[in-house]
Amino acid sequence: MVAVIGIAAFIMVAYPLYFIIIASVSNSTMVNQGQVILWPKAVNFYGYEQIFKDSRIWQGYMNTIIYTVLGTLLNLLVTLPAAYALSQRKFKARRFIMPMFVITMYFGGGMIPTYLLIRDLNLLNTPWVMIVNGAVSVYNLIITRTFFETSIPEELHEAATLDGCSHFRYFLSVVVPLSKAVISVITLYYMVGHWNDFFNALLYINTDRLQPLQIVLRNILLSNQAFAGGAGSGAGAGAGSYAQQFADQIKYAVIIVSTVPVLIIYPFIQKYFEKGVMIGAVKG
Amino acid sequence: MKPAQTTLRGSGWLRKYAGHYQLWIMVLPAVIYIAIFCYGPMYGIQLAFREFDFSKGLTGGDWAGFKYFEQYFNSPMFWPTLRNTFIIAFFSILLGFPMPILLALVVNSIRSNRRKRILQTTVYMPYFISTVVLVALLQIMLSPTTGLLDGFLKALHLIPADTNLVGDPGAFVPVYVLSGIWQACGWNSIIFIAALSSVDGQQYDAARIDGANRWQTVWHVEIPAILPTIIILLIMNMGNILSVGFEKTFLMQNSLNKPVSEVISTYVFNVGVKSNQFSFGSAVGLFNTVINFTFLILANSLAKRTSKISLM
Repeated sequence: MVAVIGIAAFIMVAYPLYFIIIASVSNSTMVNQGQVILWPKAVNFYGYEQIFKDSRIWQGYMNTIIYTVLGTLLNLLVTLPAAYALSQRKFKARRFIMPMFVITMYFGGGMIPTYLLIRDLNLLNTPWVMIVNGAVSVYNLIITRTFFETSIPEELHEAATLDGCSHFRYFLSVVVPLSKAVISVITLYYMVGHWNDFFNALLYINTDRLQPLQIVLRNILLSNQAFAGGAGSGAGAGAGSYAQQFADQIKYAVIIVSTVPVLIIYPFIQKYFEKGVMIGAVKG
Repeated sequence: MKPAQTTLRGSGWLRKYAGHYQLWIMVLPAVIYIAIFCYGPMYGIQLAFREFDFSKGLTGGDWAGFKYFEQYFNSPMFWPTLRNTFIIAFFSILLGFPMPILLALVVNSIRSNRRKRILQTTVYMPYFISTVVLVALLQIMLSPTTGLLDGFLKALHLIPADTNLVGDPGAFVPVYVLSGIWQACGWNSIIFIAALSSVDGQQYDAARIDGANRWQTVWHVEIPAILPTIIILLIMNMGNILSVGFEKTFLMQNSLNKPVSEVISTYVFNVGVKSNQFSFGSAVGLFNTVINFTFLILANSLAKRTSKISLM
């Protein structure tokens, strides 16, 4: 019984992922006729070739990489020290800072006031909105804080203090090296968040040049904007169209090219998951 | 307990709070960020009660009272948006919440470590697919002419031959909810797997000696062990009951399914941002937030009363 459910769950998740891969290198007509089930047929790389010619994808890729790298860096620079400070029992101010943070998980100003704030800060249509907005996730902060509290022995800090170690120094040379598990996990969370971020760009960016990959993907995958054969005009469907029969093949290839970077990182961090993540969340 | 290390000499309040200037420096960027980007918009909520004035900014317009709330409550979009949001949220929790628990119980009972790892790695994976890609996948797989899944379901007569899963209003909620489970079930099961891993092996032995079968072990050993986690997560989910994912709804929306896919958040976007009705949009958004918060408090107090477990 258990084995059956386990295998069913495995197939239901794994097969669609496998199917995208084989469909991206198979003849589209055969895919659409349902002939491509287990192995790719009439293998060709037309979809990938088209993507490599399309400048919109590369621009989107570039932008997303910049937003992801700088954004994640900022996330870590803000979250880790704050989580450390808030993990210190002697730091009395945490009694009111913590609730002030947690409230924001459940109560916010909503879409319009936030939009107007971003506008008033002159962040609309700047790369900064993609980097700065979301600098702290309270959820990740709580996970990190709880890890510091439960996994780093208090005695270490006492010993360090006796040796005249400041908080800064203790944090950098003891806490951070001992917290690889939780740091990897929240780095992954933050990176995936930036990589997949669609909402912020939809709301706050309307310059083509600054659009991240997800917006480009939406234009290609969902709004069916045609490939412009490398011109990158961003014009609607019809401009320099490709043969309709290849449309789906290109879509499968786009899906793979845009998802692979995240999936490559994931196995490296996976071993920390249960250890790192849940220490934080279970205890809230 | 050891005495607090004070670097500033003072007394009372000042000493208590200003003592650790280094810790203050470390927490300050986060405090500033939260103050500006989270509390700033909260301060801007008053826009829902004001006339928006372009020249005077977020909080400069004249007071309008509950005008914009009344406008929303009386608008023909009030019931559809509220109903759609509730239906999607209700089914997402009803079906989406128990599945990760079931999956965790399954994963936990797999003996072979290698198989366990393969299953876990696989079921976590869809979580990393972006919403845009997921919706694109749905469209390709469910296409009535060429979709693989669509063809499969029709071949098995699970859906009538004339169903269009992408456009049909009746299919929107099932597609939304089931694809959500496909994407997040594995990921959400991590926390339960972690909780299950802390069950003492002796408890299993004791249950076996008492003659408990597999189901009795689940019921009397495993479920009680993860119950606190279940309740906490349920409360947290209740607090987001009406925050139906804007991105996915927005991306799945088309002219055919709009009567069932226009939820409060997409409505706020459409009237607020797209048509610049800032005050009206703020009022609708605030209505949504207040209901969310009410659910959170209700669920929390209910849990506190029945199981003595609560968030706050």
